[in-house]
Amino acid sequence: MHRFTYRRPASLAEAKAMMAAAADGRLLAGGQTLIPILKQRLAQPSDLVDIGRLAVLKGITVDGGRVTIGAVTTHAEVAAAPEIRRAVPALAALAEGIGDAQVRNRGTIGGSIANADPAADWPAAVVALDATIRTDRRDIAADAFFTGLMETALEADEIVTAISFPIPDTAAYLKFPNPASRYAVVGVMVARTTAKIRLAVTGAGPLVFRVPEMERALARSFTPAALDGLAIPAEGLNEDIHASPEYRAHLVGVMARRAVAACGTS
Amino acid sequence: MRGDEGMTTVALRINGVEHSVAADGRRTLLEVLRDELGLTGAKRGCNQGVCGACTVLLDGRPVRACLSLAAACAGHEITTVEGLTEGNELTPVQQAFVEHGAVQCGFCTPGMVLTATALLKENPKPNVAEVRTALSGNLCRCSGYRKIVDAVVAAGGAR
Amino acid sequence: MGRFGAGQPMRRVEDQRFLTGTGRYTSDIDLPDQAAATVVRSPFGNARILGIDTEAARLAPGVLGVFTAADLDADGVGDIPVAARLTSRDGSPMRTPRRPVLADGRVAHVGEAVAFVVAETIAAARDAADLVMVDYDPLPAVTDGTAALEPGAPPIWDEVPGNQAFDWETGDAGAVAAAFATAARTVAVDLVNNRVIPTAMEPRSALADYDDKADRLTLYTGTQNAHSLRDWLCDLLPLPPERLRVVAPDVGGGFGMRIFLYPEHVLVLWAARRLRRPVKWVGDRSEAFLADTHGRDHRTHAEMAVDAEGRFLALRVATVANLGAYVSQMGAFIPTLAGSGMLTGVYRIPALSVRVRGAITNTAPVDAYRGAGRPEAAYAIERLADVAARELGLAPDELRRRNFIPPEAMPYRTAGGKTYDSGEFERNMRDAMARADWAGFPARRAEAAARGRWRGIGMSTYIEACGGGPDEGATIRLEADGTAVVLIGTQSTGQGHETAYAQMAADALGLPIDRVRVVQGDTDRVSDGHGTGGSRSLPVGGAATAAAADALIASARPHAARALGVPEAALDFAAGAFRVRDSNRFVALEELARQAGGLSAAARFRPPAATYPNGCHVCEVEIDPETGAVSVVRYTVVDDVGVVLNPLLLAGQVHGGTAQGIGQALLEGAVYDETGQLLTGSLIDYALPRADDLPSFDFATNEVPCRTNPLGVKGAGEAGSIGAPPAVINAVVDALAHLGIRHVDMPATPQRVWHIIRSAQDKAAA
Repeated sequence: MHRFTYRRPASLAEAKAMMAAAADGRLLAGGQTLIPILKQRLAQPSDLVDIGRLAVLKGITVDGGRVTIGAVTTHAEVAAAPEIRRAVPALAALAEGIGDAQVRNRGTIGGSIANADPAADWPAAVVALDATIRTDRRDIAADAFFTGLMETALEADEIVTAISFPIPDTAAYLKFPNPASRYAVVGVMVARTTAKIRLAVTGAGPLVFRVPEMERALARSFTPAALDGLAIPAEGLNEDIHASPEYRAHLVGVMARRAVAACGTS
Repeated sequence: MRGDEGMTTVALRINGVEHSVAADGRRTLLEVLRDELGLTGAKRGCNQGVCGACTVLLDGRPVRACLSLAAACAGHEITTVEGLTEGNELTPVQQAFVEHGAVQCGFCTPGMVLTATALLKENPKPNVAEVRTALSGNLCRCSGYRKIVDAVVAAGGAR
Repeated sequence: MGRFGAGQPMRRVEDQRFLTGTGRYTSDIDLPDQAAATVVRSPFGNARILGIDTEAARLAPGVLGVFTAADLDADGVGDIPVAARLTSRDGSPMRTPRRPVLADGRVAHVGEAVAFVVAETIAAARDAADLVMVDYDPLPAVTDGTAALEPGAPPIWDEVPGNQAFDWETGDAGAVAAAFATAARTVAVDLVNNRVIPTAMEPRSALADYDDKADRLTLYTGTQNAHSLRDWLCDLLPLPPERLRVVAPDVGGGFGMRIFLYPEHVLVLWAARRLRRPVKWVGDRSEAFLADTHGRDHRTHAEMAVDAEGRFLALRVATVANLGAYVSQMGAFIPTLAGSGMLTGVYRIPALSVRVRGAITNTAPVDAYRGAGRPEAAYAIERLADVAARELGLAPDELRRRNFIPPEAMPYRTAGGKTYDSGEFERNMRDAMARADWAGFPARRAEAAARGRWRGIGMSTYIEACGGGPDEGATIRLEADGTAVVLIGTQSTGQGHETAYAQMAADALGLPIDRVRVVQGDTDRVSDGHGTGGSRSLPVGGAATAAAADALIASARPHAARALGVPEAALDFAAGAFRVRDSNRFVALEELARQAGGLSAAARFRPPAATYPNGCHVCEVEIDPETGAVSVVRYTVVDDVGVVLNPLLLAGQVHGGTAQGIGQALLEGAVYDETGQLLTGSLIDYALPRADDLPSFDFATNEVPCRTNPLGVKGAGEAGSIGAPPAVINAVVDALAHLGIRHVDMPATPQRVWHIIRSAQDKAAA
């Protein structure tokens, strides 16, 4: 790791001040992605501002038809929360399927979405459920949040405080994991509310994306069969040793159908 | 280590004992445990956050010491394998590892034991599938996992 | 209890320290005034080095030295040796490139050591390493073995024309050709035995200490053979053997990879002597991926002539072995002499012909990895057997049954020149099929199909060879205080040798096991040894230990006769005491040791032949047709590893080997790109089996005592990784056979399986 100054603020205001004062500050929450990046010397922040223990950023509330999860709530806390298991079981299941126990105990929902790894699970939930990302200065709509490969609408010193999910009628997340890393080769979240159906795909492309054609087909008939014959193009999808773009395109269809089927049974 | 910029004193509570460690903010918990405190039970297997050989318990839950900055662990209760027992006594999980032949080269063993210990606290009688899932963040190259899984299932059943 | 406590599942004496975190691996050892070192490695697969500028690094804070090939040359340090050499079929000697400890003007694989930086702390060493400026002139690279041998491939070494180290053959090509010419039918298969990376959990490390007064060096390192490593190092440094001590503390897995001499061993020793202080290097995981020896990497065309009844007549195998950028110490032996003789497997095959070409490529050197040549042989013959069965319309067990060497034919000399002493191959298969409920498979397949999964079953009836190499000596000392010490030249890397040898000695001498200590892996304390490799520890080291125990008892007999006032012939030894026959007078061995101020005896065992462990694996898989994902849902092993000393230790070896074999078949595979970059250079990319990737193996033994060693043991360390890959792939192919698929290469990853399914479906639709 290159040299940096570690800072732990006692309040959100102090965190903001520290970020503002830093030449090149980075926020640290669970560190499950940031620490490996620093170890590989792929980033050289001047300051690391550890917001991982700010109580104001932690916790889960369910009311007014929404589930709101504090940014530094760990995946394990989400997975275990009875109120989430009741309100949106798909969110708890998604959290339970992230990485392994050690990652889930340390990694946070806010860190995951701010990092915007193309193979992370949370972005699928954020987009499919049409969540709102709350920050220290504004609310950002899910569709506007992810802007590119590991890029978001966040300003450099902007702090995600919570993610607020509308509670859907039904939702499910299905992922096909990378055999080595267990990240999503392809993950599909489908969510149905009275107003609409949204389907978001992670892992397959440089950033999470929706498939409007599939959403329209599901609006007509919310069944796996409604997706038969709907293929997404392979062009532009990610390619690595574990999956070609063609394979990923195919998996999007498979995971989407399975996600819809899982909605039916939940 | 060069210079003093970024040097802080970190108060860590490890195995019930307070330690005050002068650490550059970059130091991971694993480095402090092994290099400063001589607690070498946590192993540096990959230093990339995958193998699980560096697993310790943070407030009773397994985490990777190689992906935790030491400074970020202040205020948490840290348990390493050295803190599970006193003297030659073994915990029921450790005893089950002996009985089932779950140890081979031993390098993954401390991490396995800690993850298993945390699992049994949360889920006292896990089945085989639950144990395999819970241990999926701890790699072992020697055992094929069979005996480790048997040991953890048995340790649960014994309660 | 049998002789030497055979059959007792003694709990391991090693476990206490490992379970409490007090094991001591190389990286856990720190010496006063120790310096830290790091290696500057090549980022290129193939490049000339035009110059190395170390000045900025040398001037960096805390740096004690920055060393390159020029420094080693000036000091007369030799090259890394090649231990096994061959002669090509045209009579020419094997061609090998020079392999300096640090790259000398050329690098030929990513991760090759170029410079060595020693500093007060590891952080300072790493910071300085970033300042070492190496001027590389990159060259075109070739990483695939077959491609490297093609005309026009980028030449890597002037000394190795056409990138071919050897073109070797064995067997009787004429007899094979004749059999093929007249056979009722022939079957053939092209196989990839994928390159795998050993990935022991403890990364390689080395710590050198220099004793100024004695001018003597000590190397602490996780090795499988301290004595051979010492001898190789002494040749190279150069140094007389008495001036170097090699100590292997606790070792976190070896699997063959730790047999060898690595550049870092030389570098820490040389630097410690030069700097007159201890120097420690701790490898990280990415260095392990780049610079540990890799395993396998064969491309094989295997074909068999078969008569009308399905009897095997002749086998012809042609292999290209990718050796990597250099010929590693045993790199030429593994694909040739180690495996070719086992190609006929458990079958009567009258004629065999083998050709192996060794290719130099821009990849990490390939050497012994668990099984070392025998997994490749077993994969070829067991895949071929299944392909033949399918083409002949016979069940895989039926075809095998028609071709097994029967027990009554033992000892049986194969066309590969091996003499099998024992083995009940049909019984292994029968037992395994019964345990696996082979007969009930159709119902399970139907049930899976109803869930949308394709289920397949496959077997392998494998045999391997081990323990046929050099001799081993053992010394047992019974101290005056009643404790015993076994000194042995083999080396545990996790197998539990401290328990195994202690169990044998305790039983032989009638002592409680906790009074026996085993000393291994220290060239000062153990006079000589050949280390652990090729599953030789129990067949050879165990036999030596047994002989040493016998010798110790024999040496005590005159003392006992004097003590009891009877002739030696009147004494029987049992349960730790000499007893006067037909009387209740006795004297305990411990008492004799006390009176004599300790007793000691040594013995050696030279194996007259290899042993031939064998068995049957049955694998059942389910394939998700939509994703190509393969799950192993049931796995059964029946092994004949001869007499079983400790079933607990044995099961651990078999389970672990099987997991590595399943890993090779389904998950693991090193991938280099065309420039020589390793794309599977971390655990994020290289898929190691995890706990939830594997089923709970069912394991049983069929003990047929080996007839060529006194214990009747056959060795078990590698069996699992030999039997598993063909069983898994045979099961995968069985699951896909309804699509007309006859082969799937390893690793059968979801992506590969899906592509194969899709092209088969496209073909059927067309």
